[in-house]
Amino acid sequence: MSEEREPPPLPGAAQTVFPEPQDAEDLFVSAASAMESPEAACLSAEDISPSSNGPRDDDPDDLFAEATEEVSLDSPERQPILSDGPSPAITPVTPVMISPRVDVFDRSPDQDEDEEENRDTFDIQISVSDPEKVGDGMNAYMVYKVTTKTSLSIFSRDEVCVKRRFSDFLGLYSKLASKYMHMGYIVPPAPEKSIVGMTKVKVGKEDLSSVEFVEKRRSALERYLLRTVKHPALLKDPDVLQFLESSELPRAVSTQALSGAGILRMVNKAADAVNKMTIKMNESDAWFEEKQQQFENLDVQLRKLHASVESLVCHRKELSVNTASFAKSAAMLGNSEDHTALSRALSQLAEVEEKIDQLHQDQSYADFYLISELLGDYVRLITAVKGVFDQRMKAWAKWQDAQVMLQRKREAEAKLQYANKPDKLQQATDEIREEIEEWEGKVQQGERDFEQISKNIRREVGRFEKDRVKDFRVVIIKYLESLVHTQQQLIKYWEAFLPEAKAIA
Amino acid sequence: NMTSISEDSDKEKMRSVSVDLNNDASLVIDIPDALCERDKVKFTVHTKTTLSSFQKPEFSVPRQHEDFIWLHDTIVETEEYAGFIIPPAPPKPDFEGPREKMHKLGEGESSMTKEEYAKMKQELEAEYLAVFKKTVQVHEVFLQRLSSHPMFRKDRNFQIFLEYDQDLSVRRKNAKEMFGGFFKNMVKSADEVLISGVKEVDEFFEQEKNFLLDYSIKIKDATAKAEKMTRSHKNVADDYNHISGALNNTAADNNTAFKKHLEKCAEVFEKLRKVEDRMASDQELKLTELLRYYTRDIQAAKDLLYRRARALADYENSNKALDKARLKGKDVAQAEENQKQCLQKFDKLSESGKKELTSFKARRVVAFRKNLIEMTELEIKHAKNSVSLLQGSIEILKSN
Repeated sequence: MSEEREPPPLPGAAQTVFPEPQDAEDLFVSAASAMESPEAACLSAEDISPSSNGPRDDDPDDLFAEATEEVSLDSPERQPILSDGPSPAITPVTPVMISPRVDVFDRSPDQDEDEEENRDTFDIQISVSDPEKVGDGMNAYMVYKVTTKTSLSIFSRDEVCVKRRFSDFLGLYSKLASKYMHMGYIVPPAPEKSIVGMTKVKVGKEDLSSVEFVEKRRSALERYLLRTVKHPALLKDPDVLQFLESSELPRAVSTQALSGAGILRMVNKAADAVNKMTIKMNESDAWFEEKQQQFENLDVQLRKLHASVESLVCHRKELSVNTASFAKSAAMLGNSEDHTALSRALSQLAEVEEKIDQLHQDQSYADFYLISELLGDYVRLITAVKGVFDQRMKAWAKWQDAQVMLQRKREAEAKLQYANKPDKLQQATDEIREEIEEWEGKVQQGERDFEQISKNIRREVGRFEKDRVKDFRVVIIKYLESLVHTQQQLIKYWEAFLPEAKAIA
Repeated sequence: NMTSISEDSDKEKMRSVSVDLNNDASLVIDIPDALCERDKVKFTVHTKTTLSSFQKPEFSVPRQHEDFIWLHDTIVETEEYAGFIIPPAPPKPDFEGPREKMHKLGEGESSMTKEEYAKMKQELEAEYLAVFKKTVQVHEVFLQRLSSHPMFRKDRNFQIFLEYDQDLSVRRKNAKEMFGGFFKNMVKSADEVLISGVKEVDEFFEQEKNFLLDYSIKIKDATAKAEKMTRSHKNVADDYNHISGALNNTAADNNTAFKKHLEKCAEVFEKLRKVEDRMASDQELKLTELLRYYTRDIQAAKDLLYRRARALADYENSNKALDKARLKGKDVAQAEENQKQCLQKFDKLSESGKKELTSFKARRVVAFRKNLIEMTELEIKHAKNSVSLLQGSIEILKSN
């Protein structure tokens, strides 16, 4: 009975749980004005379409403020983009804005970023499937097929399939986190590593728990990718594109040991160090204070909700097992019963209970994949959100530091007036002048960065809240519908049994 | 703390495991209410009768669980009832479950919100009530089995139990001293061996023996599995409760539109919990209780077989003794008389045993039928309620 049970197909291809991103367009606003900006997207070694409508923020200039050089925008063909190897955790790296062709994003400059009607022009479907074990023993690993179907022109094909292993996903996340977190983007965390789970798989245990583990991971990886591409900036990131399209991916060696949580820990540790400094941030913006408190609360609430749902999953599984066990027992009782009609009815009861145990099992999968895993994802996402707030504090601290340094330099300059070495004076004055200019620049940069990250966070949080509400609404309805289905099946089974019970004579 | 239960229209449904009781208006017994003082339950046994053997046509007495046990034991010890299936004694009222929950409630009070505490308290009271109802039912059925049996209803001790308006503790003490529970223990430990060892000439008893020995194992197992299944159901209902609470907590912090949405969801889970709880309770009452009861009844039937087997062994021994006496030429008349009596006893037990076992099977089949039908109808009813509740909620949530 239980031996050939396999994890059911996911509730209607998981990607439908996450509706197509509808906010992508906010970065394509004012496409026209993008053309004027001299500081168009740039990075070291890429060729970017010259007729690009740079993915835009409300303020066209800001995203490219850190541009250090202009690059000739030659070929309209997007060439395979390679990141410079494994990126160290917290190095500000200018994100590349790969722009889609104009025809795909045909919109007016003053479009409201919240508008959803053009959602269907932004479509991408990703599925993670066909887990395959490669190798043997402790060096074995699972390889997953990642299929991307899309009409977006940033992709070189409509449909592309690649093979990826778990550490590739971790590598992708670590790159994205290091590139974008410090700018205030909420980068969806990759799924957690699991030593116990993987060891079972490596060792070759073909039992139900290994199968369930692989399915759980497959589903988590799929949700991870969907969330990542839902983010308008991340979708166009070259590492993401390479991940989805390249047949060969350089092995993410340096991130081998890091999980999503590990990255966040590293990133947040730096921020923690900042918090421990004596400079306490003067929050001039009540919005941030309020939001931070909100996310603290939400964190607690979601964890509690998640724990309750996990308990439900567990008990529902138990119910399934106990029902199956009762079914067997009822069958034995039926065999032992010497009254023919009653014996028959008891055997039929056993059959009904067996069907019901399968029903409970299926429902527990729905409990798990629809609700429990989603809540787990959100608990991890909240950690990323909190990390982003910490990044803002770090940016503020950096700005403050620059101001302090500038002040010092100015004081040093003033002191120079009283120096009594006329021959050295000019040189020293020039030097200090230079330094003052340098620090003035840094102060300005610091302020800009701080404002930018604040703005980004506001936008990101807005998007996050919307997604959260939407995800929850969609999922709860799907879940209730799964419960309806279970109950309807129960009615069917019991209604079929009723005449059998009445037939006992 | 005191809880009481009074007559309600659901009693007919409750009185589910045994049938054909209280059909005879000449002696009608019920337990209309009971008081629970700490763990001691005081049942009010109410009798209505047209029999002249009783002093009054209608009367009530308070009785404790130990009084029922005393009555059962005296009947078991009565030699002339050896050929009958003695209705199994009702199990002791078991408030362990609710008591544990009450303990947990007390411990966790500080960590819960007022609403959660009130809700848990409510559940606890409901659970207490459920245990209470069950124990009343099972004590009532015991008495009704006696009253509907042609021999037991005339039993002197039964009459004393029903009528005697003083408490029975003195009689209980005396009975314990007399019998000391020896016979009962002996029966329990020896029956399997003796029954299986008996060389049966009678086809009927051979079949019954094989059936009862196997069935008693299977039904005991089915009871245990049904209990586990019901417990899991209750756990799921509990989880719905916690999820509802967690959703309400989350709702407190959210913006208006979503807040309403979350509150609606919390409400759905709360309602689901109630339905799931009812499903679990009904399954317990109709299925688990049924199996529990018949596990005990099957044991009572086995006890009958045991007594008959004992009587057969005595008869065979008396034959041997007679042969020996004839050989020795001593006490032959006595041995002959003994042998005659043993045979008589054995024949009487076989005759009445056959009747009892046949009617037992009929009773069992009817009870199973009734309960399986009622359980199925209730499952369908609850599932339909769930569906309409869920569909209604889905509509509301979609339109929001």
